[in-house]
Amino acid sequence: MALIERPAPALIPAVATPSSSYGVFRRPVETTGWKSWVFTIDHKKLGIMYGVAALFFFLVGGVEALLIRAQLAGPNGTILSADKYNQMFTMHATTMVFLFVMPMAAAFGNYFLPLQIGARDVAFPRINAFGFWCFLFGAIFINTSWFLGGAADGGWFMYAPNSSVPFSPTNGIDFWGVGLQITGIASLTGAINLIVTVLNMRAPGMSLMKMPIFTWMILVVQFLLLFAIPVITVALFLLMFQRSFGATFFSVEAGADPLLWQHLFWIFGHPEVYILILPSFGIVSEVLPVFSKKPLFGYPLVVFSGCAIGFVGWGVWAHHMFASGLGPISVAVFSVSTMAIALPTGVKIVNWTLTMWGGKIRFTTAMLFAIGLIVQFTIGGLSGVTHAVAPSDTQQTDTYYIVAHFHYVLFGGAVLGIFSGLYYWWPKIFGKLLSERLGKWNFWLMVVGMNMTFGPMHILGLQGQPRRMYVWTENRAGDGFFDLGFWNLISSIGAAVLGIGVLLFFINVFISRKHAPAPLDPWDARSLEWMTTNPPKEHNFDQVPTVHHLDEFFHRKYEDRGTEDHHDYHQIATAEEIMADQEANADKHIHLPSPSYWPIVLAFSLPVMGYGVIFNKFMIPVGATLLLLSMFGWSMEPHTASEADYDPPTPEGGAELEVVSHG
Amino acid sequence: MADTAVHDDQVGHDDHDDHDHGHDDHGHTSTGLSHNKLGMWLFLGSECLLFGGLISTYMLYRGRHSENLGPDQVWDIPFTSASSFVLLMSSLTMVLAVSSAKRGDDRNTKTWLSVTALLGSLFVAGQVYEFTTFHAEGLGFGTSLFSSSFFALTGFHGVHVSVGIIMLLAVTGMVAKNRIPGDKAEVVELVGLYWHFVDIVWILIFTLVYLIPA
Repeated sequence: MALIERPAPALIPAVATPSSSYGVFRRPVETTGWKSWVFTIDHKKLGIMYGVAALFFFLVGGVEALLIRAQLAGPNGTILSADKYNQMFTMHATTMVFLFVMPMAAAFGNYFLPLQIGARDVAFPRINAFGFWCFLFGAIFINTSWFLGGAADGGWFMYAPNSSVPFSPTNGIDFWGVGLQITGIASLTGAINLIVTVLNMRAPGMSLMKMPIFTWMILVVQFLLLFAIPVITVALFLLMFQRSFGATFFSVEAGADPLLWQHLFWIFGHPEVYILILPSFGIVSEVLPVFSKKPLFGYPLVVFSGCAIGFVGWGVWAHHMFASGLGPISVAVFSVSTMAIALPTGVKIVNWTLTMWGGKIRFTTAMLFAIGLIVQFTIGGLSGVTHAVAPSDTQQTDTYYIVAHFHYVLFGGAVLGIFSGLYYWWPKIFGKLLSERLGKWNFWLMVVGMNMTFGPMHILGLQGQPRRMYVWTENRAGDGFFDLGFWNLISSIGAAVLGIGVLLFFINVFISRKHAPAPLDPWDARSLEWMTTNPPKEHNFDQVPTVHHLDEFFHRKYEDRGTEDHHDYHQIATAEEIMADQEANADKHIHLPSPSYWPIVLAFSLPVMGYGVIFNKFMIPVGATLLLLSMFGWSMEPHTASEADYDPPTPEGGAELEVVSHG
Repeated sequence: MADTAVHDDQVGHDDHDDHDHGHDDHGHTSTGLSHNKLGMWLFLGSECLLFGGLISTYMLYRGRHSENLGPDQVWDIPFTSASSFVLLMSSLTMVLAVSSAKRGDDRNTKTWLSVTALLGSLFVAGQVYEFTTFHAEGLGFGTSLFSSSFFALTGFHGVHVSVGIIMLLAVTGMVAKNRIPGDKAEVVELVGLYWHFVDIVWILIFTLVYLIPA
């Protein structure tokens, strides 16, 4: 039995510790109610908050997508004006990339990375909370543009000079640029935090090559973020200076280079693609072995191919610019490097397939989504190779063929992976299993829907339907097999099917609240996050595990009685027994950092400055002052709350703040 | 080196954001650097790309200006050399501050931190003077591609120096009041890492922007 204690005076380190926090309000030490969420610095609560916010924006982006498909379902669509249509596809992409997939990866990363490495929290818990609030405030900030004169309308890549004031006179792009700066801070601080956590806080015995593969992929992603975010930061600052402060970076009439923005954007933008997909690769690399009852085939190869994707991902950005006249040498180099990145990706596909080969496969919903990723992503990968070939790409640029490609890799890859993770880890996070029956409907509707939606776009694109056109007419639709009207209609019907599939997930979540509590180890899982209760205790593990194997949890449950290359696993312990053993040997004196209101206050100063840039420059110093003051408050705050922050003891003895864990 | 690693690891436990008294024996599952120091190095790695982008923009646009308001016309090399010298000397005083902090000598730590902040302020004052002069000569932020990219790059650097000065003064005050949580010497060292980084960036900027003729 482990107690989360308040620090006893004797345990306070001998170094100088501030005696008061210089805070304005009392330290928010509540363990229940809304305050326990808003001021939390617990990585699990923050992970859930990231996930809830991300899924909300998934719905927002989904509605935007449905409006686009409704507009294009028939000829001469009248649902959206040309202007609204521009805003819709810009915000659909922005929302899905920055406000859904990235924070969803942050959700899984935050929640499971410390659990998978046997840590009790991340390296910088308050910075973690700060990152979440930056993301949420930035996301809200971008979306307030809908109500304040119209959203951004330059496409998610926001090519300059098209994004300059004369071409987009509303404040939409200002909201977009400043808002992404704010969410960028979330990504940057999150990256530093998780890298330090992985490098410094692994459980005893867990060398890097014994780390679960999901943690590995998240680590690679954090390095990509660490180096990609500053590049987009530069681009966004230049854009802000251009639009709000009279600079000339993108004024072609002053001699500006129109490719400057494209280079800066895609040097960020291509690593970004891997930032979106690698977390899902990590998720399915966890799910496939569990439901195949085999270890991941070629674990080191999967690790190194993930790293290779991370490295080569920096050398392919100009394949987004083949049509911009870079010159034959650049085009040839980037064409070859783009083909090269197919190799490590192919290695992963082969490894996943061989993981399933000969395994005892259980087709659970999580497994179906994982297999769905392999199939759908491979289709997207193959069409990707067709535009690595530069001459072919010049035919495809700015057509629906490109739209088809990146939806196969991002929806068929990133999103199916995320759903696989949701079904797999739901009992771990909330202690309830999702319904498998509904889950299968969920999966099949989504997969059929996505193929109906994005499959016809290959045909549309090769027939020359341009991206981003807001209306098509009957007399240019053609006829027979290549009738654009027919395929646009199929695509729109597919989008509706897809939407119903996604809706089933939320229904599934809603009805799961009445389910009986999930068993401790519902999937016969392999990694450390399953070696604790569902949901995990606030301090994660009663006893920090000592790791001897890759797939430590599996090896604690099963013993290999085979000889040499022949493995013969026999169960020697159940999850419940392992849990009981942990509780019996619980660590004494587990100290967790106390909640703090400084992260949310500090994050709040950023949108204040953001609105200042757009509406009234005097708000900038106001926000900056709040920023500075909260930084001082933050740095003066001790990491554990003092006794004075707690309510005085109740007559029963005041033990209610000492959380007695389980049993 | 091994001693340092063990020392730093111990430090990590009493650190500001560190809390986990659960694993005392990290062994090879930790880098041996404290969380804060590793975090600072990662942050500086990220900053390299930030200045990389700004410097690239400047190098692309340095030749794009009107006849009489280009780099060769507006630079005052002797003045900027002097202010660069001041900034470089502040790195020296920063080293002295870190070394005093490691010896546990609070009085000298405070002195050298203050001197570093003062030299940094002199540099920023020089930059303000330089910007004002350029502006008076007709080189505004939006005058040309050259001026936009020049002001953006050096302005970003100036903001970094100013943030550094705030950090230096804050640490000086906290040392004076003995309010630094955790390891005092390391906090000073972290500010030092940042300060040296900003200095190194200036060496690059001074060379690429001022010394190489346009």
